[in-house]
Amino acid sequence: MSRKVLLIEDEPNIAEAIRFLLTREGWQVETHGDGADALQVIRGANPDLIILDVMLPGKSGMDILRDLREMDETQTLPVLMLTARGQSRDREMAEDAGVSRFMTKPFSNAEVLTAVRDLHAQASRL
Amino acid sequence: MRDTLTGSRIRERRQIVGMRQAELARKAGISASYLNLIEHNRRRIGGKLLVDIADVLAVEPSVLTQGIEATLIAALREAAVDAVGQKAEVDGLEEFAGRFPGWAGVLAQMHRRVVSLERTVETLSDRLTHDPHLAASMHEVLSTAAAIRSTAAILAEGQEIETEWQDRFHRNLHQDAERLADSSKALVTYLDESDSSADPRGVPLEEVEAFFGTRGHHFPEIEAGGNVEGVALDGMETAAGRSLARTFLHAYAADAQAMPLDALRTALEASDEPEPMALAARFSVDYATVLRRLAALPEGVLPRPVGLAICDGSGSILFFKSTPGFTLPRHGETCPFWPVFQALNRPLVPIRKRIVQLGRTAAEFDCYAYAWPHITAGAEFEPSYRSIMMVQRVDESAQSVVPTAEVGQSCRVCPSSDCASRREPSILSEGF
Repeated sequence: MSRKVLLIEDEPNIAEAIRFLLTREGWQVETHGDGADALQVIRGANPDLIILDVMLPGKSGMDILRDLREMDETQTLPVLMLTARGQSRDREMAEDAGVSRFMTKPFSNAEVLTAVRDLHAQASRL
Repeated sequence: MRDTLTGSRIRERRQIVGMRQAELARKAGISASYLNLIEHNRRRIGGKLLVDIADVLAVEPSVLTQGIEATLIAALREAAVDAVGQKAEVDGLEEFAGRFPGWAGVLAQMHRRVVSLERTVETLSDRLTHDPHLAASMHEVLSTAAAIRSTAAILAEGQEIETEWQDRFHRNLHQDAERLADSSKALVTYLDESDSSADPRGVPLEEVEAFFGTRGHHFPEIEAGGNVEGVALDGMETAAGRSLARTFLHAYAADAQAMPLDALRTALEASDEPEPMALAARFSVDYATVLRRLAALPEGVLPRPVGLAICDGSGSILFFKSTPGFTLPRHGETCPFWPVFQALNRPLVPIRKRIVQLGRTAAEFDCYAYAWPHITAGAEFEPSYRSIMMVQRVDESAQSVVPTAEVGQSCRVCPSSDCASRREPSILSEGF
């Protein structure tokens, strides 16, 4: 059964690179670039893992994450957060909101792949 | 106490140079037992003997006698207090400084540097938080760098990639490289301009307000029909500030044309206080134009000084003209009861309200506010609203004649104890 990742990122070239990397790893990748309707897209896609940008048009990734953690079906869904805001308080805010892994831009492809593999492995063991 | 440490310093210095006590005593022309008493601070020393010992030890006498500077002691004490997870022996501080003046100096210097760097970090962090231009620029640069790094790594890793993907990645790389060049250049220019300013005034809007303030918010050359481009932007250091100033000056010129100064003066003579509604009707202009124009009159035309605030639909202050007692926080978290924000809920409806600004200097103001669609791109788009508020301080003799509404600055420093709109507790536990 194919593993599915939903990539919510408004930078199309970042989204394209990550989509390529994960597709090559055997992931089914869906992308979305708007925060406003991200929750509906997540519900519809039913992903195994989400990669979520923080600064999105319409609604911030931080707010989307908080909403995900409020809902039973997505409470433990692995969320890898990508952000250009790497200050400690941003990291703390993300951790408080329930992030699974926090990564600052510019990241390396290896870091992203390792994080996705780890998060998926952890979720599979649950 | 410091004087009593001279002996300790002599002993310390002798040990540093590797000289035996007897040898130093002999060279200084005293007995070893007497030197022993001196080194244990049991005999005071001065005069020729001190000079001789200092000479033998190849140091200035002052190095041996001079007490440790109070600033050094204070710096060490501060370093001890600031140390996290490390308890320093504060009782032995002066002895430490006396025995190891070099190390003490290094420690004090390092502590001063840490404090200075922490302040720099706080300043930059605050600026990054409150300077939307800087934060957005940094985000743009880092996002583009992330795209380039990720794409370039895919192309460089040597694995076979379909031609279609290769072409796409090369195109993306080219786009992002161009974007990064532009955004980083703009960022460097912005930072350079901010740093080179002799009077750093923060964001460009503040620079514009400072410029308008120095001109008294009145530009006779424009009133006389001159071009905006002819106005000397003295003191404007940043390109962003100059650009914004030109925008505001163009609005000023349009207002001046719609409400010429001489005609406005004549109209104002008809009443003691300006009547914005009547003026709007007389000059066939909208309410916002009247408020802007009244705030741009030279001093003395109106009986009371005028303040002005303009904000957008998010409540961000776009322009501010101060008048005594009238303050609004620059970076958000403002009291929502100011009429300038309430007008946003009732666009195109002029609001006139007397308010009292709570705080250390409770001041009353007559406020005139109005919100209007600033940009309407088309029927299918939501208009972008702006709101304007003109304020005039109420003389003490005229206060409380009409009902007043209370407004604060921001919740954090607002003394109001029963405000239903409070966002966070006040730090003023007992009010003023």
